[in-house]
Amino acid sequence: MAFALQVLIDGLSLGSFYALAALGIGLLFGVLKLINFAHGAFITFGAYALILPSAATEATLGIGALPAIPLVILIVGVVVALALLSEFAVFRPLRDSSPATLMVGSFALGFVIQNLIIMIYGGRPKAVGLWSDLSAGVTLMEGVSVPKLQLIIIGVTISLMLALVFFLKKTRWGIHMRAAAEDFRMARMLGVKADLVIMLAVAISGMLAAAVSLLYVVQTGILDFRMGVPMMLFAFIATVVGGMGSLVGAVAGGFAVGMLSILLQTFLPSDIRAYRDVFVFLVVIVVLLMRPQGLFLSSAVRERV
Amino acid sequence: MEPNSPFQRTLREFWPLLILSALVTAVVVIIQAFGDPIVSRSLTEALIRLVVVVALFIFIGNSGLMSFGHIAFMMIGAYATAWQTMPVMTKGIFAPGLPEYLLQNSHHWIPATLIGGVAASVVALVAGLALMRLSGIAASIGTFAFLMVFYSFYLQWSTWTAGQSSLVGLPMTTTPWVGLVFSLVAIAVAFFYARSRFGLALRASREDAVAAQASGVNVQVQRLIAFVVSAFLCGLAGGLYGHFLGLLTVDTFYLPLTFITIAMLVVGGMNSLSGAVVGTLFVSFAIEILRVLERGVTVGVPVKLPANSAEVGLGIILLLVLIFRRTGITRNQEIYWPWKPVVSVSSVTRRQS
Repeated sequence: MAFALQVLIDGLSLGSFYALAALGIGLLFGVLKLINFAHGAFITFGAYALILPSAATEATLGIGALPAIPLVILIVGVVVALALLSEFAVFRPLRDSSPATLMVGSFALGFVIQNLIIMIYGGRPKAVGLWSDLSAGVTLMEGVSVPKLQLIIIGVTISLMLALVFFLKKTRWGIHMRAAAEDFRMARMLGVKADLVIMLAVAISGMLAAAVSLLYVVQTGILDFRMGVPMMLFAFIATVVGGMGSLVGAVAGGFAVGMLSILLQTFLPSDIRAYRDVFVFLVVIVVLLMRPQGLFLSSAVRERV
Repeated sequence: MEPNSPFQRTLREFWPLLILSALVTAVVVIIQAFGDPIVSRSLTEALIRLVVVVALFIFIGNSGLMSFGHIAFMMIGAYATAWQTMPVMTKGIFAPGLPEYLLQNSHHWIPATLIGGVAASVVALVAGLALMRLSGIAASIGTFAFLMVFYSFYLQWSTWTAGQSSLVGLPMTTTPWVGLVFSLVAIAVAFFYARSRFGLALRASREDAVAAQASGVNVQVQRLIAFVVSAFLCGLAGGLYGHFLGLLTVDTFYLPLTFITIAMLVVGGMNSLSGAVVGTLFVSFAIEILRVLERGVTVGVPVKLPANSAEVGLGIILLLVLIFRRTGITRNQEIYWPWKPVVSVSSVTRRQS
């Protein structure tokens, strides 16, 4: 029982990262049909923003040294600004092109951002201690002790999701956004302001990326220019497994991939445990073949003849 | 010369092949004439990439599906070749898990590279049976997942691939001239494939999959053929790359290389063979200039760009091409007979796009 709870919390907290990143990707796929390869770079950028404005080899916290509330606001602001800049410079001019072109475009954008980070900060990982007291353990019940941080991650993820659900279901712009995701042209004809809705989606996607960067840096304590990429890759899997364009699917997919990783990690025999990621990526191909529309169907993904 | 004489007609038909081969050969000859060893190394790397980009064109250009997975074939070919050609001494140290026969023997690089290509195409055949059932975005993600599967697998398969460290001591046999020969072969394969009924059928499915199917084209089979052919060329390129670097690391065959090769194809124009060749030459040249500027030169005033300017520059070039000239430098056209066009029925029907 205690063991099961431990595994469950590990899986949920890892799944939280994937779910948040998958939501950011899924949101853009819904309105833009864009598979955003630059999302990983957004996450990395948010993490590196902690040591803005210093670019010295020794990481000194710049924004990261502020008290929690201004820190979060500033980091979210930086990433949202980057996401909006990407929208204006890249996604908007490419809006009418094929999904494959968009994909290549976002791949290029991510590549540029990642290399700009290396250009400014260098390629070596940097250690940063942000809120390291959160890693202290809490005892939930007898024999189950988890870092406080894991509970915070799960809590933050759930509250962000509830906020997003509220926004999408209850506010005017949220409803516009869902309409645009359902049928973009029809929504425009009915008076949904396309540019604004897309900008909103991009901004929210940036906020979610910032949340991932913050939580991830607190958990690992390391800045690395590659850090966003694995996160993004697993989030892709999550969106594919959950069904492209379905937000519920992205969240469910994220948690499913997190749980699967932890379960494989725990139960695979030790000599093939190293191949865990191979199995996780194979799942994508299997899901694509068995249920190309994903486990949760959305209308955005249907290809029209 | 008589217009429409048989000779001229043949010449016109094979014009793209001739002019592209001549272009690549001329570039190699001119650069080799200067004899700068550093430039000559960059040239070899560019020629190996040319093989990969032409292979990408065979699949992406003809099928219209974006593939992010071809670098995995390059990796498979590279390791399969290295397992054969590495000196017996080093094999035992770096790849002790190899079968007894490979551990005891070491082969010449030419047959080894060909076998590497075959290994890649066998994997492509098996994976393609599944992957080619997908279309559009799902196909792109599927190939991406395929790359991830093989990347993670090779990274952990340390008894054969040395895992996180590298296989060293590969004979460095890939010279610019070797690269040139393989490039010319790749260009010829792509040219004749695109002219064949298979290439035509696949392009028909690219333009309209439903109509092609209705006209009797088995889209999956056609895609699979292109996938296997292009994987073979990627496998060859991988073998060459190992013997160019002298050592193999799994990390070499990952997202940056995927990005560079796709960028080359898209910048040139992904629906034409000329695009693949011109794009590779153009991007390689641009990267080389940026690398020189990164090292620092003095043109009146000293100019020095920060490290990684080449990567940033490449990304920006690709974005600019995507935004302002989506069909690439060649506008997705082949280089055609430049003189007065003599239009006949046969030349129209044989036109390639």
